[in-house]
Amino acid sequence: MTETTPLLEMRNVSRVFGRGENALRAVDDVSCTIGRREVVTIVGESGSGKTTLARLILRLLDPTSGSIMLDGRDIAGIKGKDLRAYWREVQAVFQDPFSSFNQFFTVRRLLRRSATLRGGNANSEKEMIDALQHVGMDGAEVLEKWPHQLSGGQRQRVMIARALMLRPRILVADEATSMLDASLRVNILNVLSDLRENYDLTILFITHDIGQACYVSDRVLVMRNGQLVESGPTEQVIFSPQHEYTQKLLADVPRLHEGLLD
Amino acid sequence: MRSARFSGRFYIAAAIFLAIAILAVFGPMIFNGHHPGQQVGGLYDGPSSSAWLGTDNLGHDVFANLMAGARTSLEIGFVAGAGATLIGVVVGLAAGYQGGLVDNILTGFTNVMLAIPSIVVLILVSDSLPTRGTMTLALVIAATSWPWTARAVRAQTTSVKTREHIDVARLSGARTVSIVAWDVLPYLLSYVAMAFVLQISGAILAEAGLSLLGLGVSDGVSLGIMLHWSLAWESVRVGAWWAFVPPTVLLTLIAFSLLMLQSSLDEVFNPRLRRGKLRRTVAFVVGPGATSAPEATVAAHEELASER
Amino acid sequence: MTQTIGTQQLLHAQGLRAAYVGGREPVMACDDVSVNVFDGEVVGIAGESGCGKSTLAAVLSLTARSPLQVVGGVLEIGGKRIDLEGGEPPPRAWRGKIVSLLPQGAMNSISPTLRVRDLVFDVIRAHEPKVKRAEALDRARQRLVALDLPPRVLDQYPHQLSGGMKQRVVTVISTLLDPTLLIADEPTSALDVSSQKMLIEMLQRLVQEKIIGGVIFVTHDLPVLRSIADRIAIMYAGRIVEVSDTEELIDRPRHPYSGALLRSVLVPEPHIRTRRVPGIPGSPPSLSDPPKGCRFHPRCGYAMDICKTDEPPHVGDNERFSACWWTQRNPGKAVEV
Repeated sequence: MTETTPLLEMRNVSRVFGRGENALRAVDDVSCTIGRREVVTIVGESGSGKTTLARLILRLLDPTSGSIMLDGRDIAGIKGKDLRAYWREVQAVFQDPFSSFNQFFTVRRLLRRSATLRGGNANSEKEMIDALQHVGMDGAEVLEKWPHQLSGGQRQRVMIARALMLRPRILVADEATSMLDASLRVNILNVLSDLRENYDLTILFITHDIGQACYVSDRVLVMRNGQLVESGPTEQVIFSPQHEYTQKLLADVPRLHEGLLD
Repeated sequence: MRSARFSGRFYIAAAIFLAIAILAVFGPMIFNGHHPGQQVGGLYDGPSSSAWLGTDNLGHDVFANLMAGARTSLEIGFVAGAGATLIGVVVGLAAGYQGGLVDNILTGFTNVMLAIPSIVVLILVSDSLPTRGTMTLALVIAATSWPWTARAVRAQTTSVKTREHIDVARLSGARTVSIVAWDVLPYLLSYVAMAFVLQISGAILAEAGLSLLGLGVSDGVSLGIMLHWSLAWESVRVGAWWAFVPPTVLLTLIAFSLLMLQSSLDEVFNPRLRRGKLRRTVAFVVGPGATSAPEATVAAHEELASER
Repeated sequence: MTQTIGTQQLLHAQGLRAAYVGGREPVMACDDVSVNVFDGEVVGIAGESGCGKSTLAAVLSLTARSPLQVVGGVLEIGGKRIDLEGGEPPPRAWRGKIVSLLPQGAMNSISPTLRVRDLVFDVIRAHEPKVKRAEALDRARQRLVALDLPPRVLDQYPHQLSGGMKQRVVTVISTLLDPTLLIADEPTSALDVSSQKMLIEMLQRLVQEKIIGGVIFVTHDLPVLRSIADRIAIMYAGRIVEVSDTEELIDRPRHPYSGALLRSVLVPEPHIRTRRVPGIPGSPPSLSDPPKGCRFHPRCGYAMDICKTDEPPHVGDNERFSACWWTQRNPGKAVEV
C-alpha cells in the first residue's frame, strides 16, 4: 500500500480562533499523511480539535498557518472554481443524520445537486440509483422520499451515496456514526469498509469512540488539545500505546471482557 | 414535516380581518346606495335610515367613507407591508449569509435607518411631495419600515447558516444564490410570514398617523384622513361621535386582528408556545438517535417528556 | 461492582404499562414490564432507541407527565405501594426523597443564570420548606467533600464547569435528599471517557456508603454497564426480553436479541479486529402495531414457527429470566455471540 506521494499531506497546520489572550489553538501544528486506500481514524475527546481538523481538510475553514496538500498540490488557499474542483475529490458525511438534510428536498433533489457538480447531466438518474446501490439501498424506493420518512441509518447511507456520486478519492466521515444505535453503527462502518475495498476510496474517520477505530482502521491518529500526540498502525496504537494520554484513554474505556473498575 | 394545528385565536383573528377586508373591497358593491363623494345631508347629521352612520363635515355619508377609507388603508398597508418585507428579507439574507464586509456595510446602513425616527422621515418626505398618491405613500412607508425586518432576518440567517445542511450544500457544489434561495430561505418562511403580517399592521398605522397630520393621500379617503377631518372640524366638541368613533374602531380592529393573527401563527410554528389541549397533540419531531420513523414517536415523546 | 446486595426489595414493579396518548392511537411504550431492585444493587436497563427505556425511567421515578400515561401495573418503592391504575398522581413528596430521577441531558438544562448553590437551595427547600439557606448549603458542602468534589463549585455558574464536573454536580444534587432509589437516564452518554469513569465511580460510592439504596442505570452502552451493574435487563420494543447477572449476560446471553446486541458492540479488544461484525437485519417494530407473538421474531436468527404466533414465556424467575421460546426449548444453552 505504500506509494511515494501520499494522497493527502498536512504540514504544520494550525488553526487559531480569536486573538491575543483569548486565542484558542483549536489545531496546533499538526502534521500527518494519508495514503491511498487507507482507512485512517482520528480519535479524540471533545475539544481535541478533531472536528476542526476535518473542516480544514474539507476546506470549510481556512488554516491560520501551514499547508494542506492533495497529491502534492497545496490546497490551503483555494477558492471559487478551484474549490469546487477540490470537492469533486474530497467529500464528507457528517454527524447528525437529521440536520444534514434540507427538510424541503427529496432524496432525488439532494442527489441531483451532486450530479450537477459532477457535470454531465445525461445519465444522472442512473448514477443516482448506482450510488444508492453501493450503500445497499433501492433507488426506486428511496428517491422520492422526504428525509423525515427515513430512519437515521437510512439517512446516513443516503448521505454516503450523495458523497459517492462525486467519485471522490477521499471520504471524510466526521462522527458519522455517533448518533446511531450500536447495531446500526456496525452497518455503516461495514459500508465504509466495503467502499474502500471495492471503489478505491480513502477514508478519514473522525470519532471519539476508540472501539470503532479499532474495528475499522488501518492507522489511528490520537489528538488532544489540538495536537497530534500519537499515530501509527491500529494494533500498535491500541494494544501497545506509547504516549501517556493514549494509555490513559485506553485504560478508561469500558470493556466487555475486562472489568473497568475490578 | 409539521402538522399545523390552528388555535381558536387564529380563526377569530382571521375572521375579523377578512370581514373588514370584504367590507372594504366588496362593500361599495353590496351597499350601493352609498357613495363617498356625495353630499347627502347637512353638517354632522346624526345616524339615520339613509345615512347609517350619519354625515361628516362635508355632509358626506360616513358609512360610505368608511368603506372607501378602509379600502385605501388596507391597500396602502398591503403594498407597504409587502415592499418592506421584500426589502428587509433581501437585505437580511445578504448581510446574514455573506458576512464580512457586505454584512458590515448593510448592517451599518440598517442601524442608521433604525436610529432615525421613521415618523420624522415620513413627515419630511410626504411634505415634500407635490401630490401624494396611494402608491407613492405606500412606497415611502415601505422605505422607512424595512429595517427591523432586515435585522430579524439577518439574525435568523446567521443562525441557519451554521446548520449542517448548508455545509452539505456547499460540498455538493451549489452556488451561493442557490443555497440562499433553497437552503436558507425555506427555513425562514414561517418567520417571514409573521414579519409580513406585522409589517402590514405597522404600515396601516403609519398611514393613519400621517393622515392624521394632514399628510395622507392627497385625493381620496382613508381611515386616518377621516380622523383628521373629524378632529379638524371639531366633531368631538360637537358630540358627533359617528365622525370619529367608526374609523377609530375600525383601525383598532384591523391592528388587533393582525397582531392576534401573528401571535397565533407563532404558536403554529413554535410548538412550545402552544397552550392546553394543543400541546398534547404535538406532531412529529424526530430526535437524535431515533432510528426509524415509527419509533420516532416514542423517541420524540421521550424527548418531550424529559423537557422541563 | 458493589459487594453486598441485601435481601430487602427497594423496588418492585409488576406488569407496568405506559402509553403516549393524544395522537391517532395510543402508543404503548412500555408493555407489561416487571423489574425488581434490591438493597445495594445497581440494575442496568439497556436497549436501543425507541425501546421504551426512557419511558420506563419516567414511570419508575414517578415523573410521567401527559401525554405519557400509566395505564396499568403495580409499583412498590421502599415497601410503599403506589396505585397507578387509579389515575391518582403519586405523592409529590416522594420525588427526590424516595425515588429520584437524574434525567437525560440534565447537565445541559440547568438554568445558566443560577449559581450551583441557588439550585441546591431550591431543591432542598422544595422538600423541606423551612430549611435555612445556610444549613442547606452546609449539607451540600459536606456531601461534596465526602465525595471528593471541590466545595467551591457551589459558587460557580454552570458554564464555568466542565461537562464531566457538571454531570457529577447534578448527580450530587439529585441525591442530596438521600433517595432510596436513584434512576439515572443515560448519565454517561454525553461525557468523555475519563469523565464517564469518574461518574461511575461516584455512583458506586454513593451506593457503597449507603447514601442511596440502589440505582437503575438506563443506557444504550453495554460496556458501561459491565463496569457498574450487578444485573442487566435488556429491553426491546417496550418489553424486557432478558434479565441476568452482568457476567452471565455478557458471556452467556440466553435471548437472541441480547446476543445480537452484544455482537455489535465495538470495543478496543483484539477479537474485534479479526472478523466482520454483522448488524441486526431489519429495524425495530412500530410500537403502535407490534408483530404478533414474539416482537423480535422478524429479525431473529433462531425464530421458530411458534415465535410468530405465541408470546414467549418468561423462562427463569423474577430476577433472572429470558422471554424466549428458544430458551425454553434449549435450557441452559447460550446464544451465539
